[in-house]
Amino acid sequence: MRTTLSHDTNIDLGALESVDLVQIISPTGERVANAQYDPWIADLTTGQLVAMYEDLVVVRRIDVEATALQRQGELGLWPPLLGQEAAQVGSARALRDDDFGFLSYRENAVAYCRGVAPRDLVRVWRGTALCGWNPFDVNLATPAIIIGAQTLHATGYALGCLKDGVDTVSVAYFGDGATSEGDVTEAMIFAASFRAPVIFFCQNNQWAISEPVGLQAQRPVSDRAPGFGIPSVRVDGNDVLAVMAVMRSALDRARTGGGPGYIEAVTYRMGPHTTSDDPTRYVDPIDRESWAAKDPIARFEAYLDGQGVLTEEARASVAARADEVAREFRAGCLGLENPAPLSVFDHVYATANPELARQKSQYAAYLRSME
Amino acid sequence: MTELTLAKAIGSGLRRALADDGKVVLLGEDIGKLGGVFRVTDGLQAAFGASRVMDTPLAESGIIGTAVGLAFRGYRPVCEIQFDGFIYPAFDQIVAQVAKLHYRTGGAVRMPLTIRVPYGGGIGAVEHHSESPEAYFAHTAGLRVVTCSSPQDAHSMIREAIACDDPVLFFEPKRRYWTKGDVDENAATLPMTSARVARPGTDVTLVAYGPLVQTALDAAAAAAADGVSVEVIDLRSLSPIDFPTVEASVRRTGRLVITHEAAQSGGLGAEIAASITDRCFFFLEAAPARVTGFDTPYPAAKLEEHFLPDLDRILDAVDRVMGRENSLTGWVAS
Repeated sequence: MRTTLSHDTNIDLGALESVDLVQIISPTGERVANAQYDPWIADLTTGQLVAMYEDLVVVRRIDVEATALQRQGELGLWPPLLGQEAAQVGSARALRDDDFGFLSYRENAVAYCRGVAPRDLVRVWRGTALCGWNPFDVNLATPAIIIGAQTLHATGYALGCLKDGVDTVSVAYFGDGATSEGDVTEAMIFAASFRAPVIFFCQNNQWAISEPVGLQAQRPVSDRAPGFGIPSVRVDGNDVLAVMAVMRSALDRARTGGGPGYIEAVTYRMGPHTTSDDPTRYVDPIDRESWAAKDPIARFEAYLDGQGVLTEEARASVAARADEVAREFRAGCLGLENPAPLSVFDHVYATANPELARQKSQYAAYLRSME
Repeated sequence: MTELTLAKAIGSGLRRALADDGKVVLLGEDIGKLGGVFRVTDGLQAAFGASRVMDTPLAESGIIGTAVGLAFRGYRPVCEIQFDGFIYPAFDQIVAQVAKLHYRTGGAVRMPLTIRVPYGGGIGAVEHHSESPEAYFAHTAGLRVVTCSSPQDAHSMIREAIACDDPVLFFEPKRRYWTKGDVDENAATLPMTSARVARPGTDVTLVAYGPLVQTALDAAAAAAADGVSVEVIDLRSLSPIDFPTVEASVRRTGRLVITHEAAQSGGLGAEIAASITDRCFFFLEAAPARVTGFDTPYPAAKLEEHFLPDLDRILDAVDRVMGRENSLTGWVAS
């Protein structure tokens, strides 16, 4: 697989291309036999396959709708996940309910799969709240915007699971840019030293805003993990079944005392970094086209077609579901209410703070004076 | 009642916290077999096991970030940062995560971390081992910042910090680690959020905290011999500051001196001077004075006696607010 690098950096492409990539469905939808990972998805029923197809279609629809909402001035910003649907759905659908995820900000499909309402995905981006959901309702922390910070949180959570004697696993989602952050290295060291049941799930979407992955790594980022004593695997991130298979395998290993695991899902950010970004300044259109040919949804659709699984009825039902979610999402977004002025003071502390109470009281007096 | 050093008093507080609550875990560098470089955690790993008193890799951000995850899982982590000047690699996790998670999540996620930091100078140490970084954290919403000055407070306040549902920066005055005092584990003590009048007086309010409380008490005794009655307030909580206690004192004395080892500009003395001026303007007989470390990096050990506020510099400021002759009488900026 071609790994995108800017053409003016002098980097050995061969090193990045030579590493085996786990693949179960080819870009054109053919089944690729994989003795090691086939058993991990052998149990999937037709219904589950179609449900996963629906996930992919729906999360893309949410993503497109959110971008439209931003363009219409309803959201301040949006970080599209276009192109990364399979990496997120495949990994999230491999989790057990009690597993706990720690996110970066582009994992909206992971949040959707965990049961977060689409409207709640955009509270942050509409500016009505700093987080969209209660992490304990869906066992999913709200996104960390500071790059890589959440990998340590996932490691600590996994340590807690070890102490509690449960087989719950935590997952740290992060991107290729985050691999340069010290916190990610520290997280791998802590996880390895304590054999914490945590999966480091890196979506290598080739870009950290405008910086190509070659600026972060001279070798595949998954190559780093073994140096810390953490087994890693590189998977075709646009192949939802392959992602699910490697994730299930890594989760099982972590659950049964095998310690941390590291997955590099090789994918591509087809959209901008955020709606404020202008990728035409740095993305080679030919490169992007080559990735468009590996689209995760088209590939899975072709595979399901080939299996005779995707009936016209199923396809129509998925399309109707996507329309319905998009409608509800838009209405929910527009219906989000602005927070009350004095709520700026709420929840700074869990315990009483008289000095902050004094500021609140004084600001309340000020507001009254303006009435 | 037992006589303990301040370091041992913290250790006994940690021991009680570990015994009382199975969710309390200690994390830090060299806190296990070694018992910490200051021996504060001496014997705790042997008593409670390596899974509750954990030696960690040498990564301060890793210690705090991992503790955040443990808090997500319902634990009450107590992190030791080995020295004040080593806290900066963890600054991001403390300020961007620990301080903000409760607010970010609308109160859903609590961060009951205690972060222990030996701080301050006066021990002849090399660079990065004598700093007073408390103002950075007092400036950050979401954190509580406390410091102790006596073995009893050290014991009571560390237990209260650990039991607190908010994150607490617990600054330990390392040059006072060997100060001895009586500790009653069952004493009903002043809440850690309250300042304490450490010595009553009528002419000047002298606000100090941590390592300088003893210096302030010594200065007050010397001033008394000179006919000036100084009221010493041990601040204890640096965020939030117990302004009502300071305000009540200044309303009586009309004069305020604040002392801390940290640099002057943007320090807690500035905040106290501004807030007390705001609240007590018509009671003030003189402008509040600050006696602090200079706006320099912490200097080499052979210079620290010049950097650190001491008894004479405090008395000089007392003279200034009393309108008596002092070092700045006749001084002109050069």
